[in-house]
Amino acid sequence: MSDTSIPGVTIVETESQVEQPEVSPRPRRMTLNMGPQHPSTHGVLRLLLELDGETIVSAQPDIGYLHTGIEKEFEVKNYQQGVTLTDRIDYLAPLSNNLCYCLAVEKLLGLEIPPMAQWQRVMLTELTRLNSHLVWLGTHAIDIGAMSVFLYCFREREDILRIFEMYSGQRMMTSYFRIGGLALEPPRAWHQRVKTFIDVFPSRVDEYEELLTNNRIWIGRTQGVGVLPVEDMLDLGVTGPMLRAAGLAWDTRKTQPYSSYEKFDFEIPTRTENDVYARYLVRIEEMRQSARIIQQALAGMPGGRWTADAPHVVLPDREKMKTQMEALIYHFKIVTEGFRVPAGEVYQVIESPRGEIGYYVVSDGTANPYRVHVRGPSFGNLQAVPEMVEGTLIADVIASIGSMDFVLGDSDR
Amino acid sequence: MLPSELNSDPVVLALASAEPEAVVGGKLDRGELTLEIAADKIVNVCHHLKKDQKFTRLSTVTAVDWYPEEPRFEVVYHLHSVERNLRLRLKCRVSGASPEIDSVTPVWRGANWYERETFDLFGIRFRHHPGLRRIMLPEDWEGHPLRKDYPVTGTRV
Repeated sequence: MSDTSIPGVTIVETESQVEQPEVSPRPRRMTLNMGPQHPSTHGVLRLLLELDGETIVSAQPDIGYLHTGIEKEFEVKNYQQGVTLTDRIDYLAPLSNNLCYCLAVEKLLGLEIPPMAQWQRVMLTELTRLNSHLVWLGTHAIDIGAMSVFLYCFREREDILRIFEMYSGQRMMTSYFRIGGLALEPPRAWHQRVKTFIDVFPSRVDEYEELLTNNRIWIGRTQGVGVLPVEDMLDLGVTGPMLRAAGLAWDTRKTQPYSSYEKFDFEIPTRTENDVYARYLVRIEEMRQSARIIQQALAGMPGGRWTADAPHVVLPDREKMKTQMEALIYHFKIVTEGFRVPAGEVYQVIESPRGEIGYYVVSDGTANPYRVHVRGPSFGNLQAVPEMVEGTLIADVIASIGSMDFVLGDSDR
Repeated sequence: MLPSELNSDPVVLALASAEPEAVVGGKLDRGELTLEIAADKIVNVCHHLKKDQKFTRLSTVTAVDWYPEEPRFEVVYHLHSVERNLRLRLKCRVSGASPEIDSVTPVWRGANWYERETFDLFGIRFRHHPGLRRIMLPEDWEGHPLRKDYPVTGTRV
């Protein structure tokens, strides 16, 4: 800071300036506590900002306010009960977390999931992606000052939540994916209901774009803001749409397909501008691609069972329990003890709306997981906050952190 | 120590020539490659894997507590190479009496929070870490909850 010195004026350090009555030629630094109850942080993120005028000198994220010990809780639940915990990790993408956990345990068990369940899983996780992106778009726009987008986005989100409710009886914490398949048979009218929604959805995305894409205020607030080189992002653990907006076409759905994603035809949208605006465009295009996947799932949904042929894992039908002794015994065993999972370890990765979710499940051969570690995408993305906002203006912090699309439940677990 | 099917694995071969004696074991289970690394070699191994083998991403760092076994803790690193579309798991055993290991933050800056989390919840110290302090729990919290001898419920009297 010596470059700002003026001949004849002694510059004193920041701390002692408070006591000094004479006016310093250099603006004083201020520490600003943003959060944990700041409306623009979407949860309880606390940012300690050191400001020089309106410029951020340093930013220090403070997380942990939503830590609920979910990883410890897994160890006292049996494997099937663990599904209900995964919903509560990322409350905007509960089905993505359900899926990742189920895939990890199914890999340990060596279960084969019937095609119908796999396709339903793909369709519902893509609806979850729409749900999550809609909440992101609405709140991100409201942060920057575009109020009406929020109302449009939540109109469609409501439709998606109603579909989830029809499937599982729950709007958010559905726990609809179970180890071995789905919790229930898909409801009778599911096809019509999803079709009605997804046929109009692309035109709704056009509506959002009309409000924002060529909006001069939106462009002014987002273009060239929040740039971070792709090498730094990789080094810091950033994943998902942020990397794709920086030109890296990496999507786990394509590179390591799971749950028959390889059977679907879709593209990975990428941009090269690497700013908040590019991340917006990538997520908008991802919504269109998700709609494509859902339409393909509707058109080609295979028939058959929705649970695997594994009587020691999947609860038997009620009817069989009344007529078959074996089914009754399995039911008793699964309900009272759970099922044993062969010893071993698995790291399952899927592409959530926010980036890479990883479930590291260690089994010691008993009915309870020995250790479950969740790699939440928000945790990795949040690590990039200081490098992204340092040196920028305080007003751009809101745009930058909004473009990261984090969920604090996902990072704190 | 290495099972025979790993002797021809390109990752293992390159690692063995660059860092002999670093790999003390390994397995290929359910399509996932796991290598056990001598704890004092972890930073060199990670440097090699990132610079020469394109493992540009560190997906996560965590630990497993095998109480009452000794060495008690297993520090687990999940590496990912976007270019090679390859994932790799590294493990280091750390003793329960003085759980310490070198930090890999010089290799990947992203290791910072993951190591802080592992320190917070397991009490494993990462040497030369730029700011090793609790991240999930309050600063004055006692104990490390993910240890197996830490109770799940109940309040301390």
